[in-house]
Amino acid sequence: MRIANIVNLGIKELRGLARDPMLLVLIAYAFTLSVYSASTAMPETLNKAPIAIVDEDRSPLSTRIVAAFYPPYFVAPQLITPTEMDQRMDAGLDTFAIDIPPDFQRDLLAGRSPTIQLNVDATRMTQAFSGSGYVQSIVTGEVDAFAQRYRSAATPPVDLVLRARFNPELNRAWFGSVMNVINNITMLSIILTGAALIREREHGTIEHLLVMPITPFEIMTSKVWSMGLVVLLASGFSLAVVVQGLLQVPIEGSVWLFMLGAALQLFATTSMGIFLATLAGSMPQFGLLLMLVLLPLQVLSGATTPRESMPEVVQTIMLAAPNTHFVMLAQSILYRGAGLGVVWPQFAALIAIGAVLFTYSLRKFRASLR
Amino acid sequence: MSAPTQAAADAGAPVARLHGVGLAYGRTRALDGISLDIPEGRMVGLIGPDGVGKSSLLALIAGAHAVQDGRVEVLGGDMADAAHRRDTCPRIAYMPQGLGKNLYHTLSVFENVDFFGRLFGHAQDEREQRIARLLESTGLARFADRPAGKLSGGMKQKLGLCCALIHDPDLLILDEPTTGVDPLSRRQFWDLIDDIRRSRRGMTVLVATAYMEEAARFDWLVAMDGGRVLATGSPHELLAQTGAGSLDAAFIALLPEDKRRGHRDVVIPPRSVEASSEIAIEAEGLTVRFGDFTAVDHVSFRISRGEIFGFLGSNGCGKTTTMKVLTGLLPASEGTARLLGSVVDPRDIQVRRRVGYMSQAFSLYGELTVRQNLDLHARLFRLPAASIPERIAEMARRFDLLDVMDALPDALPLGIRQRLSLAVAMVHAPEMLILDEPTSGVDPVARDALWQILVDLARHDNVTIFISTHFMNEAARCDRISLMHAGKVLVSDTPDGIVARRGSATLEDAFVGYLQDAIGEPAAAAPAIDAAPPAAAHAAAPARRFFDVRRMFSYTRREALELRRDPIRATLALIGSVILMFVIGYGISLDVEDLTFAVLDHDQTTVSQNYVLEIAGSRYFVERPPLTDYADLDRRMRAGEISLAIEIPPGFGRDVARGRPVEIGAWIDGAMPQRAETVRGYVQGMHMKWLTEKARLLLGEQAAADTFRIETRFRYNPNVESLVAMVPAVIPLLLLLIPAMLASLSVVREKELGSIVNLYVTPVTRLEFLLGKQLPYIGLAMLNFLLLTAFATFVFAVPFTGSFLAYATAALLYVTAATGLGLLLSTFMSSQIAAIFGTSVLTIVPAVQFSGMTDPVSSLQGTGALIGQIYPTTHFMTIARGTFSKALDFADLSASFVPLLLAVPVLLFLSAALLKKQAG
Repeated sequence: MRIANIVNLGIKELRGLARDPMLLVLIAYAFTLSVYSASTAMPETLNKAPIAIVDEDRSPLSTRIVAAFYPPYFVAPQLITPTEMDQRMDAGLDTFAIDIPPDFQRDLLAGRSPTIQLNVDATRMTQAFSGSGYVQSIVTGEVDAFAQRYRSAATPPVDLVLRARFNPELNRAWFGSVMNVINNITMLSIILTGAALIREREHGTIEHLLVMPITPFEIMTSKVWSMGLVVLLASGFSLAVVVQGLLQVPIEGSVWLFMLGAALQLFATTSMGIFLATLAGSMPQFGLLLMLVLLPLQVLSGATTPRESMPEVVQTIMLAAPNTHFVMLAQSILYRGAGLGVVWPQFAALIAIGAVLFTYSLRKFRASLR
Repeated sequence: MSAPTQAAADAGAPVARLHGVGLAYGRTRALDGISLDIPEGRMVGLIGPDGVGKSSLLALIAGAHAVQDGRVEVLGGDMADAAHRRDTCPRIAYMPQGLGKNLYHTLSVFENVDFFGRLFGHAQDEREQRIARLLESTGLARFADRPAGKLSGGMKQKLGLCCALIHDPDLLILDEPTTGVDPLSRRQFWDLIDDIRRSRRGMTVLVATAYMEEAARFDWLVAMDGGRVLATGSPHELLAQTGAGSLDAAFIALLPEDKRRGHRDVVIPPRSVEASSEIAIEAEGLTVRFGDFTAVDHVSFRISRGEIFGFLGSNGCGKTTTMKVLTGLLPASEGTARLLGSVVDPRDIQVRRRVGYMSQAFSLYGELTVRQNLDLHARLFRLPAASIPERIAEMARRFDLLDVMDALPDALPLGIRQRLSLAVAMVHAPEMLILDEPTSGVDPVARDALWQILVDLARHDNVTIFISTHFMNEAARCDRISLMHAGKVLVSDTPDGIVARRGSATLEDAFVGYLQDAIGEPAAAAPAIDAAPPAAAHAAAPARRFFDVRRMFSYTRREALELRRDPIRATLALIGSVILMFVIGYGISLDVEDLTFAVLDHDQTTVSQNYVLEIAGSRYFVERPPLTDYADLDRRMRAGEISLAIEIPPGFGRDVARGRPVEIGAWIDGAMPQRAETVRGYVQGMHMKWLTEKARLLLGEQAAADTFRIETRFRYNPNVESLVAMVPAVIPLLLLLIPAMLASLSVVREKELGSIVNLYVTPVTRLEFLLGKQLPYIGLAMLNFLLLTAFATFVFAVPFTGSFLAYATAALLYVTAATGLGLLLSTFMSSQIAAIFGTSVLTIVPAVQFSGMTDPVSSLQGTGALIGQIYPTTHFMTIARGTFSKALDFADLSASFVPLLLAVPVLLFLSAALLKKQAG
């Protein structure tokens, strides 16, 4: 009979959701257009990187260097004067500016070891790091090739063949699309359960439920399953139609295993929504709490930047966040084709986090009504 | 229709003239071809049962709802004309249905009235005089500092009246003002209205009421049914026309034949004596304290099975609290409560199945239809599934809900909603009903029908009924009643017993007498309202201005007060953002270290080991046990254990020594492309370095001399610290998300809680409303901005090198745009959930991904690039980075200021254009 209560209350949640057309439109937007535009907007690490060159040499070699930068990695380089260089970098027009000194070719051939200056706008973290490596290797390649004609090979002929597995072209849309779906799963599930609970509290309907033969456990479970189901279906649709269909992202592993992981993630995040609702006294407070929780969840879970690059403390703290585990398991399953044998620790972590949040909220449920 | 013309002629020009007015909500027609002239200077009553269109008509006349069909002329102009509405709204006052619906519950009594005074453009002196006079005459002066939410129902209505009267309206529109108000307060309320009318002779008062005894006092009545006017005239004329003895009877006589369906007086059979032995509800020394306020003070009573026990008392006397203790919703501070013989225990599910409870406020699901609500509750009370449809049909029949089964409760009038609540409370045929003012707002016919049901339940099915009410005729029907005041029971007896004991003529007199004794005040305590103040005439003058700073500040003040009353919100916004900046600033770093790698070494020579050492020795990589074969490589990469695998071919050392071409293989985990890129860069760099060193060994120092050098300068952030790069980018992020969320909720909240009606019926313009709401949040955001900047420079030691003035100016523009964005989003959201979700979706993604925080906007593509170029965050991020790290000034950043300057007015005017100034 208790199951019946949970089912009935959950159906009530679903009916309520169906009555809010604006919310439905937003859910549809979040899982389709938002995912699509965010994924297609994301450039390869080096895509149209703005570069400018000050060519003070104007020799065949310097012309050769200028010609080596071309789309899609770089925009066609702007040829500028030394004074323009500072202005343009200040205004944020260029990420890279190369200064080829006068008589560079002559000095090089004379073995005087001339210096090329590469200016990088270090406030643009992503491009600055990987991009400067690229620029250096391109310049070196050109200079070496040029110098080869005049000298015999000096270095041993050892070649490094680099191959990226699971995503050979390191296409960031592959990764970004799934991470956007994950971000939406988190955001939506927290809001739907948490805000819905506060609304029920503000309208007095929760109180009404509590005088009926219904336990807080049943109320909470009904919210978890119903809202979780909505988000699960929406994310499944998004994965199948937007990610695999429109964006043509190949998925290596089992989609079903991923959906199982998503279901566990939803258990944890919907519980977190209820948890936040028991903390917040009113809807505006909930809105703020949400921002305080969502941002770190998105930015520090490993979906935006690699976990390895975070300080040890942050990495440890973020182990308490469901997203961290979900991002890990999503990467393992979807890209590396990992099975349950590999991702079980993440599954377990999600269950544990969800259970802790759920239990805590359950204990606070009645007290939070006052 | 000769009567209205006659009456109107007596009083001069009609104050309102309606012709062929119709109104529909979706498929439901609320009003149907109404033509009516409402005479000036009279007390006009709209009478009729629930849901006949009284409220809709009043909303149209007040200008709160947009005119759909026909013509509504009020005070000599067309209400469909926005200019006329703007001109006349200072002369109209509108008090919507529902206790304190248009009041702000966190604001004090004084602040509420003051808010309306400011909206109508009164200067401070005048305002204070008026408020003092109004509060004095309504007896609210003592409670001037109490938050409106903590007032009793009667006091809320008086406060609503004060707010309505602050600007000396010529037309006062009251929608069921005394619904849910106790008899003493009701008396005081009508006395107050009489006083006001005496002092302001020209004022027309238009009241909707379902209570005929109130209507009998009015000058002129409009009887309505089914969205049409049945008859108009003075109470006398209506009585004469129908030949009935009372207005109730007259109204029933006016109804069309098919609607007069069997109304019968309530018949109460006497209670059989033997039933009373068993005690169903028992309270002993029940006490409930909230802090130092005692809501219920040692209340004791015993209710036996099958008894109808009435609970009476002024609003806020502790009736509701007592009932909540009995249902287990609130714990008692002292004393015991027993239900059906067992002590009330919130965890006891079995007892709850035997009890039906109806709370005072409507607490069913507005998003479910009437049928779905009934169905849900039937299921929750575990009725056998097979019997549910039949039971629902029975309840619908009993409570006359058949016509509205598929309607949403929010679209129904109060009275029908109350009937639904009661139906829900009884759907499981409980042994005991705890009903908190179940009939408030229900029309007399329906109320009688309802009582007949209760009586039948008590007498035939032996159901115990514990009911609170404000109606004396209902109290008289109870077996016993208790009179409560200030948490204490004053008297407990049968209705006749109380009347006899007090020696008064009626139960109402007895009740009022007991209350006055308890309060210690004579009946005519309220001083009469003074003659209309001389300032009245010019009150309307400033309202005609298109933009009035005072009205705008009225909303600013209100919003600021609410923020101050909710310190948690402001603290969260301020402290939370600092924590976020810290977490994100430290957390995002693109300097990847401690990457795991393993080697598949087919060579196993010193040369190959030397190559591996080059990688393992760097701070970027950590070596894991070597790979045994390709299967091992595959497995460990799939498991995410290693990010990089190096394969060294057989004969590597030999080939290198002989100068034969040789290939080293490297596999990078590409699951996260960004990390893979970094790994690739590192590996390439180390490979080059190894080659150079090898060359030096093989060919000697001279030959390996660098042919040229590349000198890389990381500008603006020479040590490439992520804090320096990230903090100036995180500040714009936080200054968008939090202010936008707060601003958007501030408007949607008013929509959801109903106080948006103040925008509809007061002279405040949309622009004043929006700007007024925006200002406090801009203030809060600027405070936030200063706090974040201070933390960034002093705590995180991020050097600030540019023009602070330029930075702060940009911040001001930016937070204005951010709050403006929130307001724009709020115009097309109606629920707070949608607002929270919408604001999150439409701010987080663009701000984090499209605004150049990690990838420069110029490198984005597609829609994202387009959004990034116009999104304000992009431009403020450029300015923040420029002033923080690049030592820039206004002149250098002018290109980023222009879009911000444009965004502010565009967002504001777009919001103003999309915001509705009327419902419907």
